[in-house]
Amino acid sequence: MFPELNHLLNTTPDRAEQGKLTLLCDAKTDGSFLVHHFLSFYLKANCKVCFVALIQSFSHYNIVGQKLGVSLTTARERGQLVFLEGLKSSVDVFFRSQEEPHPLQFLREANTGNLQPLFEFVREALKPGDNAEAAWRCPVLLVDDLSVLLSLGVGAVAVLDFIHYCRATVCCELKGNIVTLVHDSGDAEDEENDVLLNGLSHQSHLILRAEGLATGFCRDVHGQVCRGWDLGVLLDSRLLASVPDSRLHVGVLLGLRACLVGAYLQMEVV
Amino acid sequence: MPRPFHPEGAGQLSVTPSESVRRGAERELEMLESLLALGGLVLLRDSVEWEGRSLLKALIKKSAAWLVYHDLFRDPLNWSKTGEALPEGPLGALRAMCRRTNPGPVTIALDSLSWLLLHLPCTTLCQTLHALSHQDSCPGNSTPVEPVHVLGLLHEELHGPGPVGALSSLAQAEVTLSGAMGQASAHILYRRPRQRPTHQTQWFSILPDFSLDLQRGPPLELQRHADPHTPPVDPTTQLTFNLHLSKEEKEAKDSLTLPFQFSSEKQQALLRPGPSQATSRIFYEPDAYDDLDQEDPDDDLDV
Repeated sequence: MFPELNHLLNTTPDRAEQGKLTLLCDAKTDGSFLVHHFLSFYLKANCKVCFVALIQSFSHYNIVGQKLGVSLTTARERGQLVFLEGLKSSVDVFFRSQEEPHPLQFLREANTGNLQPLFEFVREALKPGDNAEAAWRCPVLLVDDLSVLLSLGVGAVAVLDFIHYCRATVCCELKGNIVTLVHDSGDAEDEENDVLLNGLSHQSHLILRAEGLATGFCRDVHGQVCRGWDLGVLLDSRLLASVPDSRLHVGVLLGLRACLVGAYLQMEVV
Repeated sequence: MPRPFHPEGAGQLSVTPSESVRRGAERELEMLESLLALGGLVLLRDSVEWEGRSLLKALIKKSAAWLVYHDLFRDPLNWSKTGEALPEGPLGALRAMCRRTNPGPVTIALDSLSWLLLHLPCTTLCQTLHALSHQDSCPGNSTPVEPVHVLGLLHEELHGPGPVGALSSLAQAEVTLSGAMGQASAHILYRRPRQRPTHQTQWFSILPDFSLDLQRGPPLELQRHADPHTPPVDPTTQLTFNLHLSKEEKEAKDSLTLPFQFSSEKQQALLRPGPSQATSRIFYEPDAYDDLDQEDPDDDLDV
């Protein structure tokens, strides 16, 4: 996790809030470093994490996580992390019998109805177990990312319904958190993506937006992260007083994308 | 939302604090009551930047003495199949409300119409809303029925202009939320029957107890145009290298003719090659083995 981002959000793993939906959004840059940040943040906060990883393999997240101070293999072995590796298990959909619905069942259907099997998987993964597992703080759902579901043929309304049900179960019933990444198509005029992004923005408590710099490409500074609060939820004056509007300039070495060199984040609060 | 900033300064009519509070309270009552006075649909159009849920809650608090909460959030699509969810979902719940029995005033708040519009056909939703908001004309009912208020929250960016326009035409009052400089404003369009539509713009903020705090106008920073309280900084003053030209350097620069600039002197020089011009000529003595073909001097045409 990145301490500067924690400082900007005024939070630490010990004081993580509960019941929140955080929307990560990137435009003209790669916002996956935010996903790595929140994954390591919640693992360090001793939360039970269900990670629906549709973009990269487990080893990729593991290598980056080790640079950030967490071991995904250890977390998975002791039951803290439930990892759905989309790249590997998508092939299983075609080679198993159809009795049990697979979480990625929508890949098999011509008319993708809804994401209910995926929601059932999440609910099963995060439901509170017997007392031996009561050591975990709160359940967290992490999705990387939702835009790829649109590319796979799921409608924007179906994805919104999935997040709605996850919010009802994870945030409201289990008092946990949800963090999800959506790409902003910007000028690409992707209507489904816009509906998904705007619909999620209305439901989110916190929106973190990673943008490329307006002036173009720069070697050391890759972009900026803007933070927006959903004011519909923000009526607590304590939060209002402590949150100035600020932007972080973010430089991320290519290591995060190539998963070889390592993750080194330079941040300068402007 | 930030605390409101009350301007006090020259040019303002001085009012005592209690008077201004009373006037503010009266205007608050006017705004909310005028929205709730007409029966029918009040449409709140919000966006991601300027949310409308707080205003919806303020209107609910104003209008309802007794609140019944229908929980359609937990399982609207009946995925859990436990039997707790309504069989027909939110549409069935709305249709059930169309057939009400008590004649008292009813306010129905919908959070949000966007969810309904994404899941139901626009025509079905419009017909249901119309039936919901026009329940006072009941044939065969002797006692006059109080009008039904329907408050609907609509997220503008999620829908195309067609459905939004259809819902807007059903509404008796339409509130569009926007703002500037951190201050929210509501642009209200009233469609009273047999009258011309009227517009009103109101700057406001919602307090934590969901009461309305009306502002007189946009915040002062917006009204004050680019205030040049600091002179523009000259960037050439603090440099380690010299950007200025001396007089001789400036003259030399101005008198320089650029090599590829086509001036009239150059044109004359080209048109009349003088004797001092060194033109290049080629002297060629063909020997016995050369076969000069004028049509193919390089001998590479494959004809």
